[in-house]
Amino acid sequence: MSEPLLAVKDLVKHFAIKGGLFSRHSDRVHAVDHVSFDIAAGETLGLVGESGCGKSTTGRCILRLIEPTAGEIWFEGRNVTTLDRGALRSLCRDMQIIFQDPFASLNPRMTVGAIISEALTIHRLAKSRREFADRVVQLLETVGLDADHMRRYPHEFSGGQRQRIGIARALAVEPKLIVCDEPVSALDVSIQAQVINLLEDLQEKFSLTYLFIAHDLSVVEHISTRVAVMYLGRVVEIASARDLYASPLHPYTEALLSAVPIPDPEIKRQRIMLQGDVPNPIRPPSGCRFHTRCPIRKLPLCSQEVPELKEGPAGHWVACHLRG
Amino acid sequence: MGAPLLEIRGLKTHFATDDGMVQAVDGVDLVLDRGETLGVVGESGCGKTVTALSVLKLIAMPPGRIVDGQILWQGRDLVPLRGRELDLIRAKEIAIVFQEPMTSLNPVYTVGEQIAEVLRRHEGLARRAAHAKTVEMLRLVQIPNAERRVNDYPHQFSGGMRQRVMIAMALSCSPKLLIADEPTTALDVTIQAQILELLQDLKSRLGMAVMLITHAMGVVAETAQRVVVMYAGKIVEEAPVRQLFGRPLHPYTRGLIRSMPRIDRAATHKTRLEAIGGVVPNLLAPPPGCRFAPRCRFAAAVCREEVPPLREIEAGHRVACVLAETIPP
Repeated sequence: MSEPLLAVKDLVKHFAIKGGLFSRHSDRVHAVDHVSFDIAAGETLGLVGESGCGKSTTGRCILRLIEPTAGEIWFEGRNVTTLDRGALRSLCRDMQIIFQDPFASLNPRMTVGAIISEALTIHRLAKSRREFADRVVQLLETVGLDADHMRRYPHEFSGGQRQRIGIARALAVEPKLIVCDEPVSALDVSIQAQVINLLEDLQEKFSLTYLFIAHDLSVVEHISTRVAVMYLGRVVEIASARDLYASPLHPYTEALLSAVPIPDPEIKRQRIMLQGDVPNPIRPPSGCRFHTRCPIRKLPLCSQEVPELKEGPAGHWVACHLRG
Repeated sequence: MGAPLLEIRGLKTHFATDDGMVQAVDGVDLVLDRGETLGVVGESGCGKTVTALSVLKLIAMPPGRIVDGQILWQGRDLVPLRGRELDLIRAKEIAIVFQEPMTSLNPVYTVGEQIAEVLRRHEGLARRAAHAKTVEMLRLVQIPNAERRVNDYPHQFSGGMRQRVMIAMALSCSPKLLIADEPTTALDVTIQAQILELLQDLKSRLGMAVMLITHAMGVVAETAQRVVVMYAGKIVEEAPVRQLFGRPLHPYTRGLIRSMPRIDRAATHKTRLEAIGGVVPNLLAPPPGCRFAPRCRFAAAVCREEVPPLREIEAGHRVACVLAETIPP
């Protein structure tokens, strides 16, 4: 097997939270705890999980928008975690990110043209004024916007159009990997489909690799080659999209999939109801983090030993003492 | 047969802005029967929430105004009501649950105090009786350790638990209609499943009607008996849930259903999503004729000129499209 484009090894991110005024020791939120996965060139890895499971933090650590606490991130054979600022900047040409909120991620005081060409300036990707303008027009047209949009400001656009601007900005530096952090969650259904189709077209056209972070399981199934499921900072299952959705192994994945409402009143499914809420990530449960809500747990095994992520059927990894 | 529980006739709610009148709801007719769950679906800005808020007259006036129409609650028009008369309808007869439970609860009072306040005001209960009933309501919505949790503040609850508190508050005066405005949109999918199951369970136990407002077709398919689809301030289609999903007639409804990725069809090969092109029209100056025409693949000249009436095509299945019978399925 050839080397993956991106390899995340044992990634850890803890956030310190301050105690009271006189408190000496502070607590830590265990946002990401020993997460490992690979992404091959040209594939889309979906990263799913509920709020607070650490999926966005993982995405941001990969680009070092957040400094990881421990672990390694390898991109094309280079260890991203040890790069200095200069080297990191050149790496930014290869890795880009698209954010969830198209309203908050575009500077309201910059024109669309300025937003898109900023990266071209930083990386010196255009020589003349003319070349800048041509490239911006070309990018706008690539994402389905018009050339005359470049002189307008973000507030003049709808949510879907703003997300297209964000995509054009990411494409400006011709990246190899794009981290898509909930790129369609803020959009209406009909617009969501437009953006998903656009992302798929761009992937084919520019042979892009995506890390697609989302909480919507249907969207992730549609767009991903492989899918990783996270729960409370840990990856509990990774498999090809087809295997994961057709035959999930981890009881959390099973419950998650069964909770998705199906837009067909003729289909009545057996739903696995999880009891209670996700535990506090400051004091995550011992052993398997899911054991407090797991319908099939075996005590004391599951509350004492942390299950390793092991390969069950070919390419299907699961972290469960009882499955796989 | 008497009057239906709720009947909305020709409702028009407009908002005055610096740029002109926004026609947020522009001629909505709908009927809700006792014990029924009606789903109201549509995308942002289609007028589904404004319709619901108009029923309880929770629209900020100004800038909003109910320009025209009647809201008949068991035959009696709510539009002219004000003050105490309106208060008697709110909470006791019609209650509402909002999308964001954190912003609808007062952070400086315990949840028990907030629910008891409703009971004391509307049911005239004494302090002690109100407290006892509050604990009972929290048990009803399956909050563990209700007798202890009643003294907690909203920030001590998770999102799902807060939504349960909101439901307990809404149901404390046994309303005949519960309006649920995107009750699960802010929640994770496993918590959403818990809340939807709770709502279904309470509805059948208490025999109330539910108006469920949502943008999620999946949620509607699983909970509603009848569905109203709204687009740009108007109803475009209305049908029993099976008919709506089995044989959607309006091009917009079809577009909505087909533009969604489907987890239950994972096994089949992947196909491209059928996106609806274009964007929602500006309601300051909606297009003449059918408001969906600028985005509709099938639109003919007539669609751009005349406003299509909501016509009954089969029993209970109404659609506002002049071409509904002729466009291919």
